[in-house]
Amino acid sequence: MNARLRWRKFVSNFMLTMTGVCALVSVAVLFFILGCLVYQGGTSINWDFFTKLPVPVGETGGGMANAIVGTGELLLLATLFGVPIGFFGAIYLAEFSGSTTAFVVRYAADLLNGVPSIVIGIFAYAVAVAPFKHFSTYAGGFALGMMMIPITLRSTEEFLLAVPRTLREGAMALGASKWKTIATVIVPAAYRGILTAVLLAVARVAGETAPLLFTAFGNTYWSRGLKDATASLPAVIYSYALSPYEDWHRQAWAAGLVLLVLVLVINIVARGILSRGISVPRS
Amino acid sequence: MATTTTPVPDASPISGSRTFLSRLTDGDEIARAITFVFAASVVLITVLLVLSLWQGSVLARHKFGFSFFVTQVWDPNAGIFGALPFIYGTLVTAIVSLLIAVPLGIGAAIFLAELAPARVSDTLEFFIDLLAAVPSVIYGVLGIFLIVPLMRSYIEPALKKTLGFLPLFQGPAYGIGFLTAGIVLAVMIIPYIISVSREVLLSVPRDQREAALSLGSTRWESTWKVVVPFARTGIMGSIFLALARALGETMAVTMVIGNTPKISASLLASGYSIAAAIANEFNEASSPLHSQALIELGLVLFLLTFILNGLARLLILATSQRGSGMGNA
Repeated sequence: MNARLRWRKFVSNFMLTMTGVCALVSVAVLFFILGCLVYQGGTSINWDFFTKLPVPVGETGGGMANAIVGTGELLLLATLFGVPIGFFGAIYLAEFSGSTTAFVVRYAADLLNGVPSIVIGIFAYAVAVAPFKHFSTYAGGFALGMMMIPITLRSTEEFLLAVPRTLREGAMALGASKWKTIATVIVPAAYRGILTAVLLAVARVAGETAPLLFTAFGNTYWSRGLKDATASLPAVIYSYALSPYEDWHRQAWAAGLVLLVLVLVINIVARGILSRGISVPRS
Repeated sequence: MATTTTPVPDASPISGSRTFLSRLTDGDEIARAITFVFAASVVLITVLLVLSLWQGSVLARHKFGFSFFVTQVWDPNAGIFGALPFIYGTLVTAIVSLLIAVPLGIGAAIFLAELAPARVSDTLEFFIDLLAAVPSVIYGVLGIFLIVPLMRSYIEPALKKTLGFLPLFQGPAYGIGFLTAGIVLAVMIIPYIISVSREVLLSVPRDQREAALSLGSTRWESTWKVVVPFARTGIMGSIFLALARALGETMAVTMVIGNTPKISASLLASGYSIAAAIANEFNEASSPLHSQALIELGLVLFLLTFILNGLARLLILATSQRGSGMGNA
């Protein structure tokens, strides 16, 4: 009996330790990835990397200025397209809609959220590239923006619904119309949450490569405007990593480091904003 | 405190007395209309997406019909398009990744939900969330430059030596292939399994644990025989969610799977996945039929992930409702 109990205690301690090991291993992966990128790519990052164009194979130096600017442009376009739809759509869901409409819209958003990014790429190609017969920054921004819609919509709605009823009633009691209540009371009360949602959505699409392959395509020079194809960090990493050249591999590591730091910083800032407290007391 | 219920004046007569015109001048109707347009456009975009996949693959669907799914040959020059090698590659890599990620992910989730103090658990969860945010192309870079050489020189030869009698581990060790793709995918989906399973485990009511402990079970027994079974459906949901991610994952898989449209029993052989085929061939499609076949692949991928995501949501919802229901009782 005693031996059996000791065995059970041993099994318990052993298995619980194993779960701890699982957790540690999983978290260690993050630091391993970061460490690898710093080790392999850190030395290739210098001023030129951010300010110069890529150079042909064999020449030393050069940078990824066009890809960095391209990623910035794509993210800006994506935000301009995806956030208004997500934001105003969420206001409709939280404040105006009946339950059937809300169900349909939520369902569509969840469905869109689950669509593999490569399929989004196909759709964006059909809508924004094929009719114009050329790749463009607009098309890339459209593809990424589409992916931002469901994230922004669902989180914004949640934060709007979390605003206490008393605030609404207070505004209404003072004679404000519904839209005035929304614009001056509800949205300001939820703005931290909404900002977090938008930032997380940006971080999520910043590293997306697949939807850009058929839309923004890539460019070894500066893009000649938003109607032209553009380089982007993820796409450059992809093509450089698959190339046979040592030099380009180093550049790929460096670009990977820049991209990862960008994504992680946006994530951390977003969560920081939220954890400093939602600006309304929950009653 | 009040003994008699004073009839609360209903809100409807007041709002009823406001005519449509007054609401219009208030701006309420305008605000409703504007926000409705945005909400409706979400539905519109989603419908358009499905329609465009359906319309875009009409040629291929009519030409090949069901044989598209069972034909093993993918030869753009001859105009023969069979999706089987891609479907096979997608499923095999997904299964390999689940075999690795599920035990690890659930183990970690148990630690975070059951053992770790709240502060530690939240901190680790923060890192897990960051891990989920690492872009797929970066996993691809690590895969190519670190995991592939490691597999080629050490792991695959070792597997061949010990388990080489199985057809799963035969053939030359290139480093690229199903196994490597599965391992990279596993690392990518672990954060999803951990996050969702942790939530689900945390929603299991406290009295379940206390009852098991008071009956004399050890901490592990209460976790494994009571808490985990209670959360079973939700954990299944997290696995489905991860599976949907694994199926749709493009860049990392494209970079390490080898991109050969062939079906091989060996996990060491190189193969192809649906998403990788689209990524590699869509821009260079040689004929309308070729690009239509690729769009049909996209449609297949869409339907697979759609079904899995739907199931996952149902399962997770079922558990969290069960948890809260029991908790209130």
